[in-house]
Amino acid sequence: MLGVLSFVLPLALWSAVSYAPFLWHPLVEITDPGDVAYYSKGMRAPADAFAEEVEGMTASGQAPPQGIPANPVYLPAPHEVALALWAAATPAADAREEFRLSSSLWHSIQIIFWAFLISSAIGVPLGILCGSYSAIGRLTEPFVEFFRYLPAPAFGALCVAVLGIYDGPKIAIVVIGTFFQQVLIIAGTTRRADYALLEAAQTLGARNLRLVRNVVVPAVLPDLYNDQRILLGWAWTYLIVAELVGTSSGITFFITQQARYQHFENVYAAIFILGIVGFGSDLLLARLGRWLFPWRRTTA
Amino acid sequence: MSASPDEVRARFDRLKAREPILQVRGLCKTVPAKDGERTILNDVNFTTHRREFLCVVGPSGCGKSTLIRTIAGLEEASGGEILVAGQPVHGPGPDRAMVFQGYTLFPWLTVLGNVMFGLRMADKPKEEAAREARQWLDLVGLEPYADAYPHTLSGGMKQRVAIARALAIQPRILLMDEPFSALDARTRARMQAYLVDIWRKIDVTIVFITHDLDEAVLLADRILVLKTGPGEVVDLMEVPALRPAAGRTLDDPALRATLERLEGFIHAHETVVDDEPVTPVVRLASVAEEVD
Repeated sequence: MLGVLSFVLPLALWSAVSYAPFLWHPLVEITDPGDVAYYSKGMRAPADAFAEEVEGMTASGQAPPQGIPANPVYLPAPHEVALALWAAATPAADAREEFRLSSSLWHSIQIIFWAFLISSAIGVPLGILCGSYSAIGRLTEPFVEFFRYLPAPAFGALCVAVLGIYDGPKIAIVVIGTFFQQVLIIAGTTRRADYALLEAAQTLGARNLRLVRNVVVPAVLPDLYNDQRILLGWAWTYLIVAELVGTSSGITFFITQQARYQHFENVYAAIFILGIVGFGSDLLLARLGRWLFPWRRTTA
Repeated sequence: MSASPDEVRARFDRLKAREPILQVRGLCKTVPAKDGERTILNDVNFTTHRREFLCVVGPSGCGKSTLIRTIAGLEEASGGEILVAGQPVHGPGPDRAMVFQGYTLFPWLTVLGNVMFGLRMADKPKEEAAREARQWLDLVGLEPYADAYPHTLSGGMKQRVAIARALAIQPRILLMDEPFSALDARTRARMQAYLVDIWRKIDVTIVFITHDLDEAVLLADRILVLKTGPGEVVDLMEVPALRPAAGRTLDDPALRATLERLEGFIHAHETVVDDEPVTPVVRLASVAEEVD
């Protein structure tokens, strides 16, 4: 119940600022320019400048401009964003592909999917080995620890030089941003495996790799799963960074393009969709986790 | 129910004539401490024979857990040796299985999967392992719960699964580290009866750690008494009764006397602890209260 309210409250605040004219509204949107030469319909002028013009025009007997209080163009009202979201969900057939929100988003999702898959395919097994065998951990982790402080975007130019200008460098940056954290986090989680279970397994004859495969991994699997959920969230952040590296596709390109044309309702729509996709997939994964690991009652 | 002294003596003569299964010789265990080393176990010697039920008692800190963990191979001895059926112990092995106080069932496996675990580690084919595991579950009366997950079971049932899991690898020795101490009194009594019943049916030697002296007297053939600081053997008492059985009660005057002697041993060594200055503990306790 409070969870719902935590979403309703910000929305109510946003609506109040957008729809109640006495709240904020520092600008005036011109509905009729009157005789003011540089005003045009739809233009937004500062409220005090507008008042001066009205006064000046009235004094000189010319037609005063008319307008309604408005917020800056970068704060669209909820219904405008909702319309933009609706338009994104039902794209016009004639729109250019990269200007459609849905296809931009789909492109980004594909990148994150491949990047996360590549990172996990190496990072998860390596992390488990680091956590299980102290020798491997001591051999690997100092370097990983160092590399993790090298910011992934700094490799942007290098990635473009090596991998070209298409999706390669974007995937590479997300992988670089995710992989090194992943190894350390997975190794740390693996080390927290219940030692009593490992001892019990040893008295039952489990050794070495079989101990890792049959006991260590299943024992920490619910925690590894939660780690992966958190890492996926980070991967999204790195995706936005990666997409700023010389590209003409993906959700970030959509956002920058729409901002350039001052279509802020589309910008907000895109940001909301990012939030919805991220939050939604996390909720879905949490639900899936409860189903996958029924013995773990707190997989929240 | 009380057995005559002659009967008891004859019984222990027969027991000691059986082949020795576990021989502990001059066992020492030291751990690094701030000022050099601390001795946990010092020159521990004893022998248990085939199908014997040995209880180990002693005040807390006497090293009984260390002793059983060293026998299990989970800890390295600092000196002396442990022989199981004549073979020296190096690390855990299938001739010894352990039941822990905290159940330690694998939560991701079903009851059947848990009991199969040791068999699978011994490379038994899946079908054969499942068939054997079901028989062991049947022995502890949990066959109907084969497909349940451990978190759905009560404490007593979990410990029965743990016993089945340990017995399934057919060890020579079943090591039990305070297995029933987490259970309520009624369940504990039932589990003691179960255990004796199972033990009578199969060829296994039990080494059973407990801090509950009643439990030791009710279950054991012989009781190994340890003292603290450092852990040393005080006595290896013979319980003056016939084979441990569900029917044993402390109403038996001979068992009553044994229990009193045991209590004498334990308390004689506990007074040493009582003489130590207690002020720091009191102060810490009052600090803890303030924090709360």
